[in-house]
Formats: sequence, C-alpha cells, structure tokens
Amino acid sequence: MTLLQNLTPLITNLNALAGGLFLVASFGIVATRQVGDCLRYFIFQSICLAASAVLMGIQPYSPHLLAVGAINLITKVGLLPWLLRKLVREEVYTRREITQAVSIPSSLIIALMLTLAAYWLSRPWLNAAAAGGALLINLPIGLAGLLIGAYTLTTRREAVPQLLGILAMENSAFFAGVAVAPNLPLIAELALAFDILILTFVMGVLTRTVHEKIGTTAVGRLTQIKETASPHIEAAAARPSGRK
Amino acid sequence: MILTAIIVIPLAAAALCAIIRRSPAGAIITLVGALAALALSAWADHCVITSPHHVLIEISHWIELDSLGAIILSLVAFVNVTAAIFSLGYMDFKQSGSGLRYYLNYNLFVFSMLIVPMLQEPNIVWIAVELTTLFSVLLVGFENSHEALEAAWKYIVLTLMGAAIALLGFLLLFWAARQAGAVQPYTWSGLVAAAPKMSPVLLKAAFIFILVGLGAKVGLVPMHTWLPDAHSQAPTPVCALLSGVETTAVLYAILRVLTILQASPVTHAGSWVLVFGLISAGTAAFLLLNVRDTKRLFAFSTVEHMGIILTAVGLGGMSAHLAAILQIVGHAVTKSFCFYSAGTVLLLLGTRDIASIRGLIRRAPIAGTALLLGGFAIAGAPPFTLFLSEFSILKAGLGRGEYLAVGLLAIFISIAFFAILNHVSRMVFGASEATKPSEMKCRSLPTSCKITLVIAAVPVIVLGIFISNPLHKLIVLAAISMRG
Repeated sequence: MTLLQNLTPLITNLNALAGGLFLVASFGIVATRQVGDCLRYFIFQSICLAASAVLMGIQPYSPHLLAVGAINLITKVGLLPWLLRKLVREEVYTRREITQAVSIPSSLIIALMLTLAAYWLSRPWLNAAAAGGALLINLPIGLAGLLIGAYTLTTRREAVPQLLGILAMENSAFFAGVAVAPNLPLIAELALAFDILILTFVMGVLTRTVHEKIGTTAVGRLTQIKETASPHIEAAAARPSGRK
Repeated sequence: MILTAIIVIPLAAAALCAIIRRSPAGAIITLVGALAALALSAWADHCVITSPHHVLIEISHWIELDSLGAIILSLVAFVNVTAAIFSLGYMDFKQSGSGLRYYLNYNLFVFSMLIVPMLQEPNIVWIAVELTTLFSVLLVGFENSHEALEAAWKYIVLTLMGAAIALLGFLLLFWAARQAGAVQPYTWSGLVAAAPKMSPVLLKAAFIFILVGLGAKVGLVPMHTWLPDAHSQAPTPVCALLSGVETTAVLYAILRVLTILQASPVTHAGSWVLVFGLISAGTAAFLLLNVRDTKRLFAFSTVEHMGIILTAVGLGGMSAHLAAILQIVGHAVTKSFCFYSAGTVLLLLGTRDIASIRGLIRRAPIAGTALLLGGFAIAGAPPFTLFLSEFSILKAGLGRGEYLAVGLLAIFISIAFFAILNHVSRMVFGASEATKPSEMKCRSLPTSCKITLVIAAVPVIVLGIFISNPLHKLIVLAAISMRG
C-alpha cells in the first residue's frame, strides 16, 4: 500500500481541483444566457462530483464511494440529459435568455459573495468536528453551490435553467455529502439517484405541458394568480390556449 | 406483514390503473385500495398499542411504526378514503377523459405519504418527503389551465429548493452522528439515544437546514407563497390530501428531528420553532382577513394551523405536546372536510369567488350546512376538537410562563377566527344578488360527494365531544415519545 500512500497528497490536490471546477460550473449555471450551455455546465458539474467521489474512494480505499461515483456518472451524465432532451424539445435549448432579473456581472458578484459566506458559515462546523483533508474542500464548496443554486432559481426565468438550478443544488448537497457522509447506506444512494430521475421526468413533463398550453417556457413570467383575481373556472377553461 | 401490505396496496393500485387503462375501473380500484389501507392501518394502530414497547416492527431498523407514526399513518389512510370517494363524483362531473392519469398519480401520491411515518432511516424519509412533491405536482397541474400550471410550477420549484436545503441538513445530521461514534442503528430512535454525545454545533446547523428546507414544504412563512396557489388550483380531493395530510406528514419529519435536538445538549431549539410558528400563524391570520377565494381561505388557514402546531411544540412540556398532537389530528380531519365543502360549492356554482357566493343556505342547503360546519370547526369554535387543542395550547403556555408567546398566539387565533367566520357567514347567509329563479338554480350534486361530506363530517363532530380510548392512548404515547 506504500504506492497508494504516496499518492495521498496527489489525490488531495486532485480533489481540490475537482472542487474548484465544481464551483466554476455553479457560477456557469448562473451566468450563461443560453439554455443549452446551462445544461452542459450541469453535466460538467456532475462529472466533478463523480470525480470527487471516486478520488475519495481510492484513498482510503472504499468500494462504496467508487460505487457512488459510478451511480452519479450513470444517472446524471448519462440518463438525465438523455431524458431531458427527450421530454423538452430541442428548440428550448437554443433559446437565449436576454432579460434576467439581475445582470450577469452583478449575478457573478453575488455568487462570489455567497461563496465567501459559505466558507464563513462552515468554519465553525469544521472546527467543531476537528475536520481535515477533503472535508475542508468539499463542505464549504458544497454549501456555496447550494446557496448559488438557490440564487439561480430566483434570477433565472426559463423553465430548464430553473430545473438545472434545483439539480445543481442537489449536486452540491451530494458534493458535501461524499465527504461528510461517505458511508451512507447504498440503498439510500440508489434511491437518491432514482429520485433525481423522477424529478427530471416530472419537471420535464411539466415544462412540456406549460410549453404546449401557455406557449412559453419563461415560467418566471407566469403571474396569472393574484389575490385580487376573481377565480372562475369557466373563465379559465374558455381562455384560448396559445399553442405554438 | 401489515405495514408491507399498506405499502404494497397503493403501488398495486397504481400498477392496475396503468394496466387496465379504464377510468371507471381506476376509480373502483383506488377506492378499494383506500378502504383496505384504512382497515390495515387501524389494525396496525391496535398492534402498536398492545405491543410491549409500543412499536410495530416490520423490518427491524428500516420499517417500523411507533405511536406518533401510527397517528400520521391513520390520518393519511382516513383522508385517502374520503378523497377517493370524492374523486368518484368529481372526475365524473368534470367529464375528463384523463381520469386514468389522475388515478395513477393519485395512488403514487398516497403511497409516498403512507411510507413517511413508517420509515426509520432519516435519509430515506427525506426521499419519501421529496416523492410526495414529485407525485403530487402533476395532480396540482391536472386541470391544465394557465393558473393550475403556474401553481404547479411554483409548488415544485419552491418545495424542491427546500428539499435540497433539507438534504444538506440530513447529511450534516449523519455527520454529527458519525462524529459521536457510529450510531447503530441509524434510525430516529437510535439518534435520540445517541443525541447527548453529539456535537451541538453540528446538530444546530443540521436542524436549521432541515427546519428551513422542510418548512418550505409545510408552508412556513416566508416560504409559504406557493401553498395557497397549489392548494387552491388542484382538484378538490387532491386539495384535501395536500392541505389535510401532506403538510402534516412533512411536519412529522420536523418533529422527529426536533425530538433528537431536545435530547441533546443543544438549548433553544424549541425557541426557534416557537418563533417560526408564531410568525407563520400571525402572517396567515392577517392574510386571512382579505382572501377572495374559498379554497385560498382554507389554504391560508393551513399555514396558520401549521404555525399553531409548531408554536405548541416549541413551548415544550407534556401538556403542550399532547395539545399539539390533538391539533394535528383535529386539523387533518377538519381541513379535509373544509376542502370537500368548498369543492362542493365549486361543483354546484362553478365559482370559488367568495364575493359571488351568497345565500348558500337557501340555494344549496347541503353545501351551505357543510361550509358552515367546516368554518366553525376550522376556526376553532367550541365544541370542536380544534377549540379543545388550541385552548390546551394556550393553557400549557401559561403554565410554562411564556406570557408573550401565549398572548400573541391568542391574538392571532382570534383574528383568524373572526376572518374565517366573517367570510363563511357571508357566503352562507348573505343576501343573494340573484333575484331571478333561473340564477338561483344550481347544478345537482353527485351522490359520492354527499357521501364524502357525511363520512368526513363524522370525526369532525365526534372528536370534539368524545375521544375513544385507543385514540387517547395513542395520543398520550405519541406525546411521551416526543419528549425524547
């Protein structure tokens, strides 16, 4: 095992690299205008997550984490984009979001501040657990990704980027999870992966229905329900459905 | 065997709905499944009460049922039956060709709610909670109108955002347990036993993430914005399930985590819950004053009741816990009845607009009586259960010297009481603008809706006067288990 022990610093550094790239992908999901690029950033983020799990699975050797990495790779890099492209038509991905709620430079500054906040917030936890190694990288970056994902949901208006925002949030929780809870029961990991696929399916179906019935996927602009509106079901049924 | 059967029944019903592909058959299968699940859950309750440790073990450390879980399970099973009966007439009335899709989703949704109180591994409970959102969202958007789809989108985005935050919380909880030496088994009860050794800093962090994350799904202010939309746009039987028991099932998970914290060295966990609860109850009480939609009226009332329950739990102590559990039972039973009555009005008059519903007692006596009964019961008028539980919460709070919290809660409950009864009395007794007999006319009511109203009214009326011995025993056991 001496060879593997010599590899430890290398693996720590590689994991730090994966963490850095993971964070870059989170920034990318906030800041890209084009929906297709958003999806590519998400896939890239998932690869970083899988890489981190695999690296931690090599040293100390843990077949469990290797399996987690493999599960993530199969579901999020393989099945999920395929499912999404099947459910939501191609035209949506080439769409560019011109008017985000906040301009892109300001978004990036906010994301940067959220990252700093994540480091500041997680420090007492790391101190309390006397943590070292991968935890110092994975926990703050995971928390930062979670906060940036939540911010993405408030600023993006298209349906697919909002879905990707949610998936990025779950990715971030998992990114912290591979360090924080490396020995989660495998049945939970499998159920979580399955859950992600159901999530993508349901939101994909909903996006498609919204597209068909309302004629837009800019869900951030749906503001039909108001406290003052007088709800009449006949009126709702009679409204012409703007098919494209 | 019993718990496995309860899990398998809705899954089998969903599978049969998908295979048979006939809407009427789907309705019958769903109803039979619901009745079977209710009978089995009553049997499970009996087993829980009579077993020596008050736990019904199916698969040790994975699927077990204790007293608190048994209460939630029975509530879900009961509302499932009434919702299934109401669905019969509702789907028929709507003459919707997509009944199959409805029943398929309906059974999956019920499945996800039934497993929440049985599962013992917290991470798997999180998955079950997320499944309740995923399986119900297509039901919320079922009408496919602009409003319904908008509500469904808001619902899924906000609750899944909360779920992701809660996921980090659950992982931190796992970390805290690992730091304290491996917690074996990693279950709710195992965690409570290991809690004194866990790091307070990590536990606190985990709890805040879980409270905020799952709080979004329970409808705690300020993450409540999706709730009135989703709970008003969904088909009526789904509204009853969402508002009556889905919120309760998620609240149950928060209560479990709170129990762990109260067994640990962490102080003030109760106070955070108390503050969250008071903010929700207060905001909802004021929003109730000027709602314009019958279903939104009852949806905001759900936010208020979730706030009251959390306030009670935050006060702490045996008597407050007892009252909180009574409130959970009363709310689930009464709120589902309220939605059935609002749904009946919607079926008859074709509107949810409070301003245009007047003189119901003359135009539609059944709907009018039901709305009046529901309004009084949910507002917490005597002699209904919620009066009893709210009164006990205030009394328990005074007993613990929490005068400010009790004062605020009493004010909020009074405002909500006034608001709900004001709206309801105007709808039921208000002078109708329609003078011509033709405008006074209503559509006729499907028989199944009448049956639902009668069945759902029974516990609303009875529980306020008489609580049967087994139920009383379960409530006491659950309150004891919440002490940690």
